[in-house]
Amino acid sequence: MTQGGGAIGMRAPGALESVGKPAPDEKPRRGALWAWVIFGLGFLYFFLPLVATFEFALGHPTGPVKPEPSLRYYENVVLDPRSEFFPRLLFSFGVAIATIILSIAIIVPTAYWVRLRLPRLRPIVEFITLMPFVIPPVVAVFGLIRTFSGPPFPLMDTTFGSTIVLVGAYTILSFPYMYRAVDTGLRAIDIQSLTEAAQSLGAGWPRIIVGVIFPNIRVALLSGAFLTLAIVIGEYTMASFLGSKTFGPYLSLLGQNKAFEPAGVSIISFGLTWIAMGAIQFLGRGGQRIQVGGAR
Amino acid sequence: MPDTAADGNKRGARSARPAQRRPLLAWLGVSPFFLFTLLFMFLPAGFLVVGSFLDQEGQPTLQNYADLTTPIVANAYANSIEISAITAIGGGLFGFLLAASVILGGLPPFMRNALMTFSGVASNFAGVPLALAFIYTLGNLGFLTAFINNTFATDIGQAGFSLYSKVGLEIVYMYFQFPLMVLIIAPALDGLKRDWREAAENMGATGFQYWRYVAFPILLPSLMGAVILLFGNAFGAQATAFQLTGGTIPIASIVIGAQIRGDVLHNTGLGFAMAMGMVVIMAMAITGYSLLQRRSERWLK
Amino acid sequence: MSFLTLTGVQKHFGAFTAVEDFTLEAEKGEFVSFLGPSGCGKTTTLRMIAGFELPSAGRIVINDVDITHRSPNQRNVGMVFQSYALFPNMTVAENIGFGLKVRKRPKEQVQKRVGELLELIHLPDRAGRYPYQLSGGQQQRVALARALAFEPQVLLLDEPLSALDAKIRVSLRNEIRAIQRQLGITTVYVTHDQEEALSLSDRVVVMNEGRIEQIGTPFEIYNFPTTAFVASFVGTLNVLAASVVDAASGRLSVDGQEIRAASVSAPNGSKVSVALRPEIVTIGGEGDGNRLSGKIEDVTFLGSIVRIRVKVGEGAGRLSFDTFNNPSLILPKIGDTLALTFPPEACLLLDAAAEIPALSIDADEA
Repeated sequence: MTQGGGAIGMRAPGALESVGKPAPDEKPRRGALWAWVIFGLGFLYFFLPLVATFEFALGHPTGPVKPEPSLRYYENVVLDPRSEFFPRLLFSFGVAIATIILSIAIIVPTAYWVRLRLPRLRPIVEFITLMPFVIPPVVAVFGLIRTFSGPPFPLMDTTFGSTIVLVGAYTILSFPYMYRAVDTGLRAIDIQSLTEAAQSLGAGWPRIIVGVIFPNIRVALLSGAFLTLAIVIGEYTMASFLGSKTFGPYLSLLGQNKAFEPAGVSIISFGLTWIAMGAIQFLGRGGQRIQVGGAR
Repeated sequence: MPDTAADGNKRGARSARPAQRRPLLAWLGVSPFFLFTLLFMFLPAGFLVVGSFLDQEGQPTLQNYADLTTPIVANAYANSIEISAITAIGGGLFGFLLAASVILGGLPPFMRNALMTFSGVASNFAGVPLALAFIYTLGNLGFLTAFINNTFATDIGQAGFSLYSKVGLEIVYMYFQFPLMVLIIAPALDGLKRDWREAAENMGATGFQYWRYVAFPILLPSLMGAVILLFGNAFGAQATAFQLTGGTIPIASIVIGAQIRGDVLHNTGLGFAMAMGMVVIMAMAITGYSLLQRRSERWLK
Repeated sequence: MSFLTLTGVQKHFGAFTAVEDFTLEAEKGEFVSFLGPSGCGKTTTLRMIAGFELPSAGRIVINDVDITHRSPNQRNVGMVFQSYALFPNMTVAENIGFGLKVRKRPKEQVQKRVGELLELIHLPDRAGRYPYQLSGGQQQRVALARALAFEPQVLLLDEPLSALDAKIRVSLRNEIRAIQRQLGITTVYVTHDQEEALSLSDRVVVMNEGRIEQIGTPFEIYNFPTTAFVASFVGTLNVLAASVVDAASGRLSVDGQEIRAASVSAPNGSKVSVALRPEIVTIGGEGDGNRLSGKIEDVTFLGSIVRIRVKVGEGAGRLSFDTFNNPSLILPKIGDTLALTFPPEACLLLDAAAEIPALSIDADEA
């Protein structure tokens, strides 16, 4: 090895990516018995209430004689022109969309500037956005009613005013996951360089945020939006105490007064949750799903 | 050489300038956030804090906090804590086993995906529709009630079971508790490396010894943190309990709700103090969770 | 008298054969490396010795005891993992003492042994630290101590250095070898890094696609590779296309230039590949060795050495070799014609049809 000092460390092709694991080394597994039992129990716990609700929605009362399945209870709520179903649902959607827009409009610039120029504020902002985890909705609404029932902000005196309070309350409720989703999204892109590139091309700040930052964190925004939707659409506590005519209080009232109809509406409500969560799953941001408090 | 260095410094200074040039803009950008939280969070919270230290005549007092021990309030807290603790431990245990079944139990991978998706949905399926679903399942005319009564020729109602009791409420809460546990604990279980198990076996440990000395201690902070979080999750809940029981089981959130509707405590200040009490308990739960979480992240990194 | 014996060991995962017919006899105290590219079955074989995989066929015997079907915790075999696999909830001392603790040894005995091992790995002051407070190299030393603490009959190391920086890799490599010699423990070392295998081992097992290609000392493996795979995988090879002129006298033609090889088994007129180690090639030179001339294609200055690539005729191939740098050296220029010399016995003849994974020099500075 007189002249080959540098030659010996050569690696064969394929050696570079070696991590020392044999190629396909998983055995076909059938699963332990205990695992199947637990999973089966979980499956039952998860689906039995849904099946029961579905049975009731079809007008299957329990008992020895079962009538033909029927969709008439759906028709009662959905098709009856006097039914409040659609107005309530649409109103809830409106509130949800207003919440999402407001939440994004507040959180995106905040997360952006904290990341770019004001890192000192990060712990404070993080702390504030986590407050909804600490303040239960029933406590929050208590304070809101006190605050907005008299001067200087007598918002509770009008329906429109109380809707504003509701949207405000929901927006606060959406902060924990909206902030985390946006912040994670911003971390994934290099906002410093993006901003400087946009500046060098002559873009102003509004244009940078709307035209450059928004499109690049679209997925984060969408998953934050869907989670907000899932929580807001059926929320009961706050809407009820603020006297808002949203979907949650409607379903609650229906549940107290009718036998079969609320089952159908519950299924619809469940379907909406499913769609929203499915959308988040589809967007591939499963990690953002953990949510505490909120509409329980 | 020195020329280049000086040049570099100059350039560095120039490129850093835009950052300092308009700090006002950055503050302007975050101001809506602070204004908004001031209006919708700090101001309402301030009303509660201040109100909790005022008596009926508006004079400063600590009596409201002393009154938290009055039977109606203490009982509500006791109920809330009991239900939250039981569903946190029960939901935590079941959720852990469920997550373990798909991660460690060797079930097919699609079952894991299904479980994670279901958990995402179920942990967000709460409030009124959840209460209704359980009324259809385990209420007096419920689907499962009828099935059990028919199959075993019994009457679970007469045998002492009621959905509209504490136990019933706990069963309902479990529906969002255990899926939340699955979501929280799954990353920790994923963090258990196969190599640790093999290293333990290699050194002569039995499966039990591996769990006792390695896996369980590693998971412990995550498990405790998760259970604490579940506790807070149940503690703040109001809609589900209200829809199910209509307020017949006095828990803290329901009593506060009743206080908002009318002066059921015959003392406004006591209502505020009670709300503060809830916030303090929730704050302790969240703090405990994040401290334990930080510890387990350090280990599993 | 062999201490660790693998006889006809096979492993199939469904239709996939990970290891086919692995037979090896290792002496007590011997250091054996399994060398090969990823997926060659070396780690699977190691895991069968440790008991994490059950062989589909064959027997594994340690010290005259058949352990083929023993569970991993009954084997008394120490293993060091690529990922260190230290228990994050335990201190360094607790990690090292774990094997003794589960054997229910008395506390004082465990403490004493942990102390010895901490001395052995030169980390006596780190007993109370947690793994996340240690550097990668320190963690791997603790992992080594942990695998040795319960006095295993055989030590297994699964790519223990591949997660570490190049510099630490070399120093820790030497430390592992020193400790192994000191304890005289039979050791199996899995690696894809030929430099590691050659420098550490008493014997190297070169594996490819589940088969043993060659077993031999590092010297044998490097100088007398028996298969094209070993020749190309271990070390660097220049490969030139040639045709056989006269098999009996070993005469070959490389693009019209005649050279001689020590022995030629292919028939006259057939195409063969001539493999040459770069360090055997010298510039100019007189004597009765083989001479080849070609045009310089590239000269790369690498500090201590200069790498030169020469094109030998049209279609015959290229020869790369290194020459030591010194201040009086006159660097050859690109386009110059250069005469090269090498001895006939240095020509490794490979079957022209043999697929060789690495045909060109692709050296990296280790």
